[in-house]
Amino acid sequence: MSAAPQKAKAGAEKIEVIVSAVVPVNELVTRFEFRRPDGAPFPPFSAGAHTVVEMRDQGRTRLNPYSLMSDPADPSLYAISVRRDDQGRGGSLYMHRQVKPGDRMTITYPVNLFPVDLRGRKHVFLAGGIGITPFLAMIAQLERLGARWELHYSVRNAALGSYADALTARHPGKVRVYHDDRKQAIPLADLLDGQPLGTHVYVCGPKGMIDWVHRTATEHGWPKDNVHSEEFLAPQPGTPFEVRLCKSDMTITVGENESLLEAMERCGVDAPFLCRGGACGQCETDVVEHDGSFIHRDHWLEDDQRASGKKIMPCVSRFVGPTLVLDR
Amino acid sequence: MTIQFNDETFRGDYSFRNSPWAIKRFPFPFHEDSYMYSVNMEQHRGGPAGSVFEKRFDVDEHYVSEMRDRALVLAEDPLRCQSLPHMTLAGWDLLELIMVSKSEDYPDLFELHRDGDRWRWVNKPLGIDDTFTFMDETTLPYGPLEYITRQTQGDFAVLDQRDDNLWMDAGMVTTQADWSLDFDIGMNFFEWHAPVPLAHEMGIFKRALKFLMNVQQGAPARRLNWTMTVNPLLDTSPENYHKWGIQKTELTAENIGAKQHLRVELQTFYRLPRSNALVFPIRCYLIAFQDIVTVPKWGRRLHRVIRDLPEELATYKGFIANRPLMIDYLSRYDDGLPTSPGVWADLETEPPLQK
Repeated sequence: MSAAPQKAKAGAEKIEVIVSAVVPVNELVTRFEFRRPDGAPFPPFSAGAHTVVEMRDQGRTRLNPYSLMSDPADPSLYAISVRRDDQGRGGSLYMHRQVKPGDRMTITYPVNLFPVDLRGRKHVFLAGGIGITPFLAMIAQLERLGARWELHYSVRNAALGSYADALTARHPGKVRVYHDDRKQAIPLADLLDGQPLGTHVYVCGPKGMIDWVHRTATEHGWPKDNVHSEEFLAPQPGTPFEVRLCKSDMTITVGENESLLEAMERCGVDAPFLCRGGACGQCETDVVEHDGSFIHRDHWLEDDQRASGKKIMPCVSRFVGPTLVLDR
Repeated sequence: MTIQFNDETFRGDYSFRNSPWAIKRFPFPFHEDSYMYSVNMEQHRGGPAGSVFEKRFDVDEHYVSEMRDRALVLAEDPLRCQSLPHMTLAGWDLLELIMVSKSEDYPDLFELHRDGDRWRWVNKPLGIDDTFTFMDETTLPYGPLEYITRQTQGDFAVLDQRDDNLWMDAGMVTTQADWSLDFDIGMNFFEWHAPVPLAHEMGIFKRALKFLMNVQQGAPARRLNWTMTVNPLLDTSPENYHKWGIQKTELTAENIGAKQHLRVELQTFYRLPRSNALVFPIRCYLIAFQDIVTVPKWGRRLHRVIRDLPEELATYKGFIANRPLMIDYLSRYDDGLPTSPGVWADLETEPPLQK
């Protein structure tokens, strides 16, 4: 027992897995199922949790978070669904093109930043596109607990509505699907007004949808703590910039297509992280000095912290300017 | 090793004793000759063989008697164990965590046989052999939290995590250092820590909360905390203060070595997988002053820590009135020699008392 504070460890604990199935769901989405090489059960998890999948892509390590969509009560497998993003940085393309059944991969223990509030008398799920995945696990968990829920699922068209048919067939009366191409939209205002006290609302989807739900719920008098959302931000490409890392005593350049966190890792700096999507706060880093402007993209820092110029979340945020010195 | 369980009491005649084995493995909390708050967390991943840090849930010679004392407390005051309705799943999580850990760490004492949801639990020291259905409360004599914590040393605070805070929404609390589950139930992290002096101003709780909310599945953490207790009382609760508070006035220069106990809490933190709740087991270890000073390094260091402790802390920990007596007694075991860094006894390398 050292009784001394410890440095935050980079990432969650890891699990070695074998890809047991690769199942195309539709033109854009593919499901990946994992089992453990020794046949051992996976750790149980809580619905809403994600895992970070490690990809070895031509000498480059990609770490992408994906919501666990399998039944939390089934310890024999973990499953994720990945939407192919042709304009993205390559993680989803790697999963779609390179990962085959039988491959060995490394994923992390589940981490939950989007838990179900178990006090809820009723749970209303609002999904947009691939945002359906955490709700698949939540529905399985709530069905087992006998809790009340309903799902409103917005998809581009019927062909791209991942799992929509199966959900509608299994839970008639609890699932409503809305098709963009038929000009259907979730009747949010009506939905919010008709709920019993103690209802919780959960939204997962594109940023515009999440903002819309929070805004509308506020306008309709909903308590802030009854509205939950999760949005994983993928780091966006940007102009390369230089960073001085004082503790590590090195100066590195962040490339156009990598995040500040990834650049530090590439240079051998052991920086803390957990979600890699701007939500968990684990990678928060002190800024020692700067001359230029921050591009804050995280959901973690408060407005006053951003304004102070003293903090940055290197997993998703960038910098434009000649000088950035970090306490790392 | 096979543990010989003591037959002892923590009330009335106070027959509680530490064997030489228990003294040597006592979790002495001071890593240097002074003490101030810190967020002194580390990973809870085993420790030196035989130490209290080695197993996930330490079982020692006091196990059977401690469980008997807990049953007495609960018979008088059932509200020492509470679980708000949304915390039942966390109770099952905790039951699973403890049963799996104990059966793996102490296979000669505990057995868990699982056939799907049909579980058989064998607790040899307490003579229990129960078969039940996992996640079906009707198949156990108590709720899952109460069932398993009647069989596990230490208090348990089960914290729900939501709205960027932790909430004291369930627990089993019978061996506490003067706090009450019945009072704190439903409070958040800042509310239940409100009485602690200095630490708020130091920003300790903000940092601690951030750390705790990031404790992840598969990566438990731990820290030590400490206070002082006159007589080996496990139940120093606010509810029973009228019974034990007065005992603090019975300390004399003659009886202090036997009566005054250092009380150390091994606090661990586990993310519970199904509920995403956090469980905070608080395990209490007691040791009489006369036993601590048999370890020369600990005798020297305890004197210096108690002598130099800020007044607010001695007041908060409830021994400001007895501090002069303590310092008089402990000074006899401090010869002014330097002490080795770290908490361990270092019996082989530290010199014996030079006076």
